Amino acid sequence: MIDLFKSKKNYPEYWKTYEATFREKQPKYVSDIRFVVFDTETTGFDFKKDRILSIGAVTVKRQEIHISDSLEIYVKQQRFNPETVEIHGIIRSEKVTLNSEEEAVKIFLEYIGNAVLVAHHAQFDIRMMNEILKRLDLPQLKNKVLDTVNLYRATRITSNLINTQRNYTLDEIAENLDISVKDRHTAAGDAMITAIAFMKIIGRLGRNGSLKLYDLMRL
Amino acid sequence: MKNTISARIADFLKRYPPFRFLKPEDLNAIAAGAVVLYKEKDVTIFEEGDDGHELFYIVHKGAVNITKKEDDRQKVLDKCDEGDIFGLRPVFANESYQISAITAEETILYGISVADFKPLVLENKQVGQFLLESFASNTRNPYSHEHKGKLIGDLPKAEDSLAIFELQPVGITKHVISCSPDTQVSKAAGLMTQHHIGSVVVTLEDIPKGILTDKDLRQAIAHDRFSPDQPVSEIMTSPVICYPEGLTIAQAQVTMIKHGISHLCITEDGTPNTRVIGMVTEHDVIVSQGNNPTALIKTIKRAGRTKDLKKIRHRITHLLQGYLDHNIPMTHISKVMFELNDATIKRVIERRLEKTTPPPCDFAWLSLGSQGRKEQILTTDQDNAIIFANQNEKDLPRVRQYFLDLAGKINKDLKKIGFDYCPAEMMAKNERWCLSLDEWKEQFTEWISNPGTDEILLCSIFFDYDITYGDVRLVNELSDHILKLSNESHPFLNTMAMTALQNPPPLGFFRQFLVESNGEHKDFFDLKKRAIMPITDAGRLLLLQHWVKNINNTADRFEKLAELEPQNKELYLSCSYASKALQKFRAKQGLLHNDSGRFIELETLNKEEKIKLKRCFKSLREVQELIKLRFKITNLI
Repeated sequence: MIDLFKSKKNYPEYWKTYEATFREKQPKYVSDIRFVVFDTETTGFDFKKDRILSIGAVTVKRQEIHISDSLEIYVKQQRFNPETVEIHGIIRSEKVTLNSEEEAVKIFLEYIGNAVLVAHHAQFDIRMMNEILKRLDLPQLKNKVLDTVNLYRATRITSNLINTQRNYTLDEIAENLDISVKDRHTAAGDAMITAIAFMKIIGRLGRNGSLKLYDLMRL
Repeated sequence: MKNTISARIADFLKRYPPFRFLKPEDLNAIAAGAVVLYKEKDVTIFEEGDDGHELFYIVHKGAVNITKKEDDRQKVLDKCDEGDIFGLRPVFANESYQISAITAEETILYGISVADFKPLVLENKQVGQFLLESFASNTRNPYSHEHKGKLIGDLPKAEDSLAIFELQPVGITKHVISCSPDTQVSKAAGLMTQHHIGSVVVTLEDIPKGILTDKDLRQAIAHDRFSPDQPVSEIMTSPVICYPEGLTIAQAQVTMIKHGISHLCITEDGTPNTRVIGMVTEHDVIVSQGNNPTALIKTIKRAGRTKDLKKIRHRITHLLQGYLDHNIPMTHISKVMFELNDATIKRVIERRLEKTTPPPCDFAWLSLGSQGRKEQILTTDQDNAIIFANQNEKDLPRVRQYFLDLAGKINKDLKKIGFDYCPAEMMAKNERWCLSLDEWKEQFTEWISNPGTDEILLCSIFFDYDITYGDVRLVNELSDHILKLSNESHPFLNTMAMTALQNPPPLGFFRQFLVESNGEHKDFFDLKKRAIMPITDAGRLLLLQHWVKNINNTADRFEKLAELEPQNKELYLSCSYASKALQKFRAKQGLLHNDSGRFIELETLNKEEKIKLKRCFKSLREVQELIKLRFKITNLI
């Protein structure tokens, strides 16, 4: 019991800073909220075995994205899955700065703070991040999370003629919302596509600026 | 550090001037500092008189109208689309904006920091010059000759209603063919033939003395005053009607009609005493009215790119506005609009087919719903389907895949032009609606023999099909099949009748309008659901009984019914009229709000319009009574 208490005390400085950002209450209206739209590229889909290779994230606030305030991290991993290399386009030899998992988490937590996280099929990316945190003996992410799949569904008409419970792929959503798909399957590229989709969906859900976070969380 | 996102923005920017003149490192720095902005439709980005923003803008997706206030109304000066820049004033001067920028559709903008960009303007001569030129002229892209003079040049004129458009100066033919008064008639006629013109100006030292036209020649021959050797002065019309430069289109037209002539002479001061500087012919007047259907159809047929077709859509909208302003009969309007839409879709399909391998078998592209009924006046959603020749089991998957791929591209092109995707996915790219003839027959058999609510809804969409492209035999065979089946199935007709009665006329007990009580369009009147759909359903149902195929237009259907059932002629004709009137309401409202016109704001209607609308509902109620009796529908409540 004392150990548990003690270990909490010993969280590294960057986690404490991250945690502290949550003391501030989230604004009520969507237009005042800072959203971080992110995507991860991984070696595969197994939460235990597979690893995150890169994280891309952009901030959406007041329906704007500032490119200077975006994030693109590459993570050094031992695991290498030849099947996913082509898709992810991250060949180990590519000239990028590689971070350790802990460095990556540090940068990521500092970037997101208490922002509301948005991702496409969010559960997957959140779980992947939480697996890293677990390996570092840290608690799970504390942020509120929105999934663009759910949000997109809410913009579709209710009709018996279409299957609204379908799991829309990012490509399908991009096509229907008229978003150009370049740099698919890089974390930053996908994060950008997701972010534009997110802005368009918020625009469609509209309500003249009276849209609340609560409304989005309920969808 | 690697930055995929800013690299992508740089990729986009470098396709357009002035960014393509930048050094790669400068371009990357600009891209890394860019802001991506999302704007809904009809949102003001900045307004005349606002202080300059820290950013100027480039349109990534969508379109932005540049407007200026003139006499209390916003006049559209220009329309910016993909790659166009605007909001440059802060780059040059520390002043407030002189124009407003309002999104014309949902738009994604890239904002570029003025502070970051200014040094580059000073440093790079090409960039500076480009920006200055595009800032000074209202066409933002001085290098684009396609924009100059042509479409964009038309736009400021066309954006105004026809009335104002007619006050624009008429185009003048500057290259005037002339001859002296003592020229032989045969020589003058030769000159006219050689230049493919209908008149030649007769001048003495450039002063107009008369004009020789086709008509003069014809009359000379008819009155037996003609000999090839006589001088033109003997048969020419004199004096010539002269005007100064800057003659308006309306003036030119009126003068021509008044004098019964087809040519006007333009002189330096507008009198026959100064030098000829140009001619205005009937042809010039027509060309000045660039947005006439004939000219538009020609342009559509020649359009090489999807982007060109999109621009033509804007012109079509202006034509429609003009028609409505001038109270042109709806029958005419809807026919012209149908033909223009039809030509556009045909052109898209043709272009796609040119680019791909030839189709493996015969097929037909069907337009459904309102376009199928020839009632699509404004661009609304696209509803379409493909029907292809029967295949053996082995080939079927391959053939279907071919048509699905083709349809995917066509649907996408149509979307780019402005026909939105159907929210219910009733499009040929959906594999449910890309079927062989036998599969379609089976599909209809299933709907007709087992009519539930969904099936009837589908039938109401798929019964109104019109072949847009391809083999008409496939479509005829399907039509025969449907007629035979539906008339054999009483339950089907009954269910259809019930559906047609689902929405009673939208007047309350005190004859007030019933408006939507909740949702996004609260307090608006839903014209489509409460009036257009019920009357369309009624027409479809009643005509189905008569085994008439290939009439899909609601007004036409009622006219046919009037012919087939003389005892109800009056009612049917009033329904036909009502259907046209409702379409007109929808088109007017749509243009007013720049949307599909489905929801009417009752306050915008005047008394006369309200009475008209109520009269339509009266016809609707009567035809619904008739259906009730004929199909023995009793109120289940």
